[in-house]
Amino acid sequence: MKTFGGPVLFLDRSDINTDEIIPAKYLTEITKEDLKPYILEDLKLPGFDPKSESCRNARVIVSRNNFGCGSSREHAPWVFEVNGITAVIAGSFARIFRQNMFNCGMAAIEFPPTELELLFSFAGCDDAFIDLDLQLHTGVIRGGGREERFAFVLAPFDQALVTAGGWVDYADGKY
Amino acid sequence: MGMTTAEKIFASHVIDEPFPGTRVLRLDVVMCHEITTPIAIADLMARGKDRVFDTSKIKAVIDHVTPSKDTKTATQAKILREWAHRHDIKDFFDVGANGVCHALFPEKGFIRPGYTVIMGDSHTCTHGAFGAFAAGVGTTDLEVGILKGVCAFREPKSIRFNLTGSLQKGVYAKDVILHVINKISVNGATDRVMEFRGEVVDSMTMESRMTLCNMAIEAGGTSGICMPDMTTVEYLWPFISGEYATKEAALADYTLWCSDDDAVYDQVIDIDVTTLEPMVTYGYKPDQVKSVVEMAGTEVNQVYIGSCTNGRLEDLRIAAAILKGRTIAPTVRGILSPATPKIYKEALQEGIIEIFMDAGFCVTNPTCGACLGMSNGVLAEGESCASTTNRNFMGRMGKGGVVHLMSPATSAATAIEGVITDPRKYL
Repeated sequence: MKTFGGPVLFLDRSDINTDEIIPAKYLTEITKEDLKPYILEDLKLPGFDPKSESCRNARVIVSRNNFGCGSSREHAPWVFEVNGITAVIAGSFARIFRQNMFNCGMAAIEFPPTELELLFSFAGCDDAFIDLDLQLHTGVIRGGGREERFAFVLAPFDQALVTAGGWVDYADGKY
Repeated sequence: MGMTTAEKIFASHVIDEPFPGTRVLRLDVVMCHEITTPIAIADLMARGKDRVFDTSKIKAVIDHVTPSKDTKTATQAKILREWAHRHDIKDFFDVGANGVCHALFPEKGFIRPGYTVIMGDSHTCTHGAFGAFAAGVGTTDLEVGILKGVCAFREPKSIRFNLTGSLQKGVYAKDVILHVINKISVNGATDRVMEFRGEVVDSMTMESRMTLCNMAIEAGGTSGICMPDMTTVEYLWPFISGEYATKEAALADYTLWCSDDDAVYDQVIDIDVTTLEPMVTYGYKPDQVKSVVEMAGTEVNQVYIGSCTNGRLEDLRIAAAILKGRTIAPTVRGILSPATPKIYKEALQEGIIEIFMDAGFCVTNPTCGACLGMSNGVLAEGESCASTTNRNFMGRMGKGGVVHLMSPATSAATAIEGVITDPRKYL
């Protein structure tokens, strides 16, 4: 099982799509590692720079609704994975992106509006840091001298995929 | 209690329910292309499991970048090609026989009512036009599909769209689906099957139904679905005439998959299309849609007619009827990409290709091409394209470019004038 947690990258917009996460022109790469430099290259958000240290150091992304909409490309979770980001927390996800995350043994966690606002209240902190326990379904966010604890829901199947390290390992022994 | 088409397909294909609400389904067709499959193949090889569950149920095509444009895309094609040969996959389509997957595979008769279909491509929802459950998946789902012939899905809740009234001249399936997406938003159907019903769908060709289902994913939908009927049977007849004594027998069999009258829906949405106008997108989300009247006069640099949404013969005929005897604006680059070799050939025989060429269009080979800016037809920064494709995301057709989605008719009219134009004046 992967580790989940670390510095947070806040992407404060709904409908961030797969083309923004990894543009189609890079889909010609045939190893996951080769995708690394192109993370979020086409995402235009005020104050966001994909080449910045805060993007490079991030281990958790926090965003709004319908995260990962668009293409089926698993290159989107992969470009996160090779950059050390193993968890995305959002108001909601596009189906294929969410499934791709869990299929890779990573986590796409849906937060209800109030809890999501709690996380976004740390968006101004340079040192925002999230620890996630994917077995207990709890976490803590720290930043700017504050600390808040939270709980979340993980569907049993998603939990099983995270524990197994992904869908291939889960399915291989079973079907 | 009655069942929806999706529920019937799930019930007949479920092999496991590891957790409440999660169903592992047996797959009838696993489709592969050269962009999302090579990494699955590489992983299977690394695991020492370079096997396929059933060679006859796997279909493969090189379509996104073809003929290959550089060493990287040539390598992707090579990996898929060698894998197909190694596993004796008969239904593999290479240069000369290849075309856009979601146009090519239906044309080959691979999709039947009641089937479960996956592909590492989000527009797999297209095949729901045949009364199938067809879902785009990522590479890992594809990999397990290839190896085991199974895929896991959440319980299939359906939204029923009752499309009533009649489409006015110049208004097509593309305009209907753009309107639907605008109405429910880009995540209005997330985790839902979009079931298209009503007299409007009943009178549509299979091509139009595919256009409708193709864009289900743009509203977040897992699959589009249309009810199989005599139109479905007629389309499939060349492939199924050995299985059924008569078309009526095929119809009786296929309609078993239709949703029951008392099926339960997550939502029912009634839309009367009678007053619907040709629709065009603005901005960078497929739900940002206005009528062509509001968008008229917007300058474009390129017009692209093709793709899995609108690159079929019916689409080419509609555009050609407008372009016939006319030329495109000197400020516009026109690109036509017939979606398959069969469509290309028939368009040649019907004189459609000549009409496009005389109008000033460049005609490319069948490929996904400009739609996702991976090979030809890429936009420069600040340029815009009137396009019959399905996605207008920022940078989709080239960094800094803008895509306006519309029907083939609106695209053709726009090509003539160089600005977004109401096609009805040319009909």
